[in-house]
Amino acid sequence: MTEYIYLIPILPLIGFLINGLALNRLPKSVVSAVACGSIGLSFVLSVILFFELKALEPSSRVIEQVLFPWISVGSFHVNFAFLLDPLSAIMILVVTGVGFLIHVYSVGYMSHDPGYSRYFAYLNLFTFSMLTLVLADNFLLMFVGWEGVGLCSYLLIGFWFEKKSASDAGKKAFIVNRIGDFGFLIGMFIVFWSVGSLNFNQVSSIAPTVFAFGGTLITAACLLLFVGAIGKSAQIPLYVWLPDAMEGPTPVSALIHAATMVTAGVYMIARTNVLFMLAPDALMVVAVIGAATALFAATIGLVQNDIKRVLAYSTVSQLGYMFLACGVASFSAGIFHLMTHAFFKALLFLGAGSVIHAMSNEQDMRKMGGLKKHLPITFMTFLIATLAISGIPGLSGFFSKDEILWKSFSSQSGHPIFWVIGFITAGLTAFYMFRLVYMTFYGQERMDEKTKSQLHESPKSMTIPLMVLALLAVVGGWVGMPHILGATNYFEDWLSPVFSHGEAVNTHALLSSTADSSMEWLLMFASVALVLVAIYLAYNFYLKKTSLSTAMKEKLSGVHKTLLNKYYVDEFYGAVIVRPIIYFSLFLWKIVDVLIIDGLINGSATVYNDISEFLRQGQSGRVRSYATIFTLGVVVLLAFFMTD
Amino acid sequence: MTVPIDAYLVVGAGLFGIGVIGVLVSRNLIILLMSVELMLNAANLALIAFSRALNLMDGHAFVFLVLTIAAAEASVGLAMVITLYRNHDTVNIDRFSILKW
Repeated sequence: MTEYIYLIPILPLIGFLINGLALNRLPKSVVSAVACGSIGLSFVLSVILFFELKALEPSSRVIEQVLFPWISVGSFHVNFAFLLDPLSAIMILVVTGVGFLIHVYSVGYMSHDPGYSRYFAYLNLFTFSMLTLVLADNFLLMFVGWEGVGLCSYLLIGFWFEKKSASDAGKKAFIVNRIGDFGFLIGMFIVFWSVGSLNFNQVSSIAPTVFAFGGTLITAACLLLFVGAIGKSAQIPLYVWLPDAMEGPTPVSALIHAATMVTAGVYMIARTNVLFMLAPDALMVVAVIGAATALFAATIGLVQNDIKRVLAYSTVSQLGYMFLACGVASFSAGIFHLMTHAFFKALLFLGAGSVIHAMSNEQDMRKMGGLKKHLPITFMTFLIATLAISGIPGLSGFFSKDEILWKSFSSQSGHPIFWVIGFITAGLTAFYMFRLVYMTFYGQERMDEKTKSQLHESPKSMTIPLMVLALLAVVGGWVGMPHILGATNYFEDWLSPVFSHGEAVNTHALLSSTADSSMEWLLMFASVALVLVAIYLAYNFYLKKTSLSTAMKEKLSGVHKTLLNKYYVDEFYGAVIVRPIIYFSLFLWKIVDVLIIDGLINGSATVYNDISEFLRQGQSGRVRSYATIFTLGVVVLLAFFMTD
Repeated sequence: MTVPIDAYLVVGAGLFGIGVIGVLVSRNLIILLMSVELMLNAANLALIAFSRALNLMDGHAFVFLVLTIAAAEASVGLAMVITLYRNHDTVNIDRFSILKW
């Protein structure tokens, strides 16, 4: 079956072509069948390939499929080739699996939208690009997928483009990502310049011989690649596009801006782990940015009132966790959290979508409340996801988050400070998530009568994906249980062949500085205790004594205002970067272009026109005057030659 | 008594001058063409005179060439005059300025 790897990305592409070219001519049932069917087939194929890969020896689990030589110029050779190894196998399972559920959910969610087939065409194109990104066996093909998902993100954020805020958000996402892509490109150039190849496996084996360990060049290359990851995965300082991306349809937020695309940066770092292991300074930067983003975004999430924005900042924060894990050289923990996060965050977004659907497109949590009895299935699944993201033991989020916290504390490249930040963030996460649950599902019903009368549980096509994802959010973490619980960490073992190259070049990066299992127990209990306290606080603030939260708000009004306005980062970027660029562009347009360049061109044309007007006077069209001038000329010439 | 060559040349120059003035001042295309003929024949006269004075036959050959060209020129020119007259009902050359920009 391994010769069919190429079908996994191609199937959604076919779906895109059918739905995209037919536009609105196909009936909705055909459109949804094509869209869901193509990605469903991809998922089935991914599962089959996963088990085929599993049947192989761990050391030989690398399958490359070269479709055709793509670019071949001088010493520059790039194949159009796919790479299936344990890492990309995990990714295609997540992308096609969660993607399939979200496609099915969209059938219900978008059923009344006039742009139905356009929506599914974009969604399939996105899936194709994302699968190309994760299956690519070289940097360049990965970059194609990277740009493809960026394009689809733009198209889907601005899906309701008649709304100005939506089209603005799309542009913002695209432009901010461009900064990151620039870094990615330059990093790619450095890698090719030094290694002479863009193939991941070749780079992994050659890089340790051409780069000095910790050298400037490799550090620069890794930092530039990381800039790409920062843009795509919404880290400080380029995270600003992700909260605005919530303008898109909610399933899009679930698929692109929570489960798959934004994790591309984490995947890219895991894929190039050898390079990052060669540059400990770059790893340190990754960890610092990740930890800072995790904390920073979580604090903003505390006070937001838009249900989707809370989840958006939560996503930024959780992505910070993943980068923290990569930064302390624990790539498998990062990918593990990527996977569990894909389950519970997709579920949270889809649950929020179900709430918004029931609330007639109201997103402000202050106008919700008491939805528990109206939307029982949504409530149950949402609660499971909330418990998972908060890190309640037994659910998926607990295992992945605990592994990251422990690795950031114990590994040689980690530091207790990272643990402290991660620990605080875990508390904040539990607090803002339960704040969301209490404000939305509990307490008094604050919506108006009309909305209240129309409250309804979502159709089956929406609730079934919720239930499947809820199951995954519970059991998804069981593959990666920590050793101290006496379990086998299957997930880490599965990925270990991919990261063995990286560990070989930097042997002590991941070594535990403390092999103390009682310490691990202690830290685990500490974080669980903090989470429980945070939940209790949220319960008191937002359900039992709502007066407490108002009092708190007034007491800390300065802090509250800063958080509500997202630390004024958008305003800061607007004043420091956007406005100067706009003014500079205006200068270039009005002064340089219109006045100088156009002036020069028009001026020279005017001069020639005037000269011609003058010369034209001589061409009267009167034969006799021509003849007179001609004769005079002859006489002058004769006189000239005869006076010799 | 033989006529000195100067006399021929003076007559030729006079004819040429009349021809030039005719071309410059006349408004009638037909007169203009006739003036051109006059200039050509003035040149012929000078050629013949030199030929005779120097006792060479080259001038005669030239004259025959010039006569042939003059005949061709007259036929083309007159044909054009007729066409112009048909289209514009006039042979006044000051009216023929439509090719001007």
